[in-house]
Amino acid sequence: MSWLSDKFSSTLSGGPSKESPSWQWFYRLGSPRWFYQRSGQWLPWLSLVALLVLATGLVWGLAFAPEDAKQGNSFRIIYIHVPAAFLAQSGYFIMAIAGAIGLIWKMKMSYMVMKAAAPIGAVLTFIALFTGAVWGKPTWGAYWVWDARITSMLILLFLYAGVMALQYAYHSVDAASRASAILALVGTVNIPIINKSVDWWYTLHQPATIKLTSAPSMHMDMFMPLLVMIVGFYLFYAVALILHTRNEILRRERKTSWVRELVTAKAGG
Amino acid sequence: MHPLRKQRLQLVILLVVSAALVIGLVVYMLRENGNFFYTPAQIVSGEAPKSTFLRAGGMVVDGSVMRSDDSLWVQFKITDGAEMLTVEHTGILPDLFAEGEAAIASGKVDENLVLQATQILAKHDEKYTPPEVADAMNAAYKAKQEDKKEQGGSYK
Repeated sequence: MSWLSDKFSSTLSGGPSKESPSWQWFYRLGSPRWFYQRSGQWLPWLSLVALLVLATGLVWGLAFAPEDAKQGNSFRIIYIHVPAAFLAQSGYFIMAIAGAIGLIWKMKMSYMVMKAAAPIGAVLTFIALFTGAVWGKPTWGAYWVWDARITSMLILLFLYAGVMALQYAYHSVDAASRASAILALVGTVNIPIINKSVDWWYTLHQPATIKLTSAPSMHMDMFMPLLVMIVGFYLFYAVALILHTRNEILRRERKTSWVRELVTAKAGG
Repeated sequence: MHPLRKQRLQLVILLVVSAALVIGLVVYMLRENGNFFYTPAQIVSGEAPKSTFLRAGGMVVDGSVMRSDDSLWVQFKITDGAEMLTVEHTGILPDLFAEGEAAIASGKVDENLVLQATQILAKHDEKYTPPEVADAMNAAYKAKQEDKKEQGGSYK
């Protein structure tokens, strides 16, 4: 891997000024200070909307949606399980893309987003695995089986853990970011495997209920709250990612004047 | 795009493509081994290994479930539409185990082509329906079946 990191670390290319104006917005997004200030304005609203959508979806799904003919009430775990599994995979893409942007543009902000995405994704993956196990016992008769879907999901958890571990494996923040980004990018191959595992192999896990190409194989009264929960989880993910990223900004930029001013202003006020 | 960044972008793409290639080959190699269970047709045709631990999956045949009066012994047949396989098991069955539903049995196939199962798992499908809708659908299905029977009878 050393040849790779050599390549990636070789000389910082010219700053934003040499790029065409169409790239300006991209570089502004890359400024930790700009991101910190802007996200501070969005955060209360975004959190409020996320909370409302999640509360609506939860009450609708857990209390008002009809029970399943075969599974009874135990099917309701789908309202946590499926959104968590969705976001565990989408979140991995976000982490890997942030890593790629970091590698290509040497953008610090992007590496911070990547670092922030890892623990959130890991927790969501764990929630998907845990709720699956709780549902599996009464439905299948086993908490855990080594079928392709469940095993590939466990690998996703290990990939997240690997990215988190690499962040602490180096003294230099730059080296840690590069190593994590490379692992995150290699791991993206696992996402289509998770997705397609139920079609490629005979698995105990059932195939997808929600498909892009056809109507969901679920009654509308049960599907609508699930849709609300998925949107809610996306919003919650955005909130969590912004919060973690802001933390990381403060930590990494702690020696800059604007963070010092911010801290003294907070302490004074 | 700056040439250096372009070069790094190409490296990133190369990295992802080569990783996909390597893992793709591993997945391709796994093909059959990645399966969680064999189908009854694979077992009956001898494609599945004999006298080793394996799993068989299929739909529980309607009316094939026989239980013992004084023990937890149960016998049933599973099918994949092509072949049938007899399964014997002593133990508690999962709640969702039922005739006409999918189940996975793990154990060894004996010389009489009977799977002596140590564990039975119920496999749930991806469909979710409220009870009223399921009842209505079942009633409609039964009415249709009886219609067919009556029609069949009238020809005789």
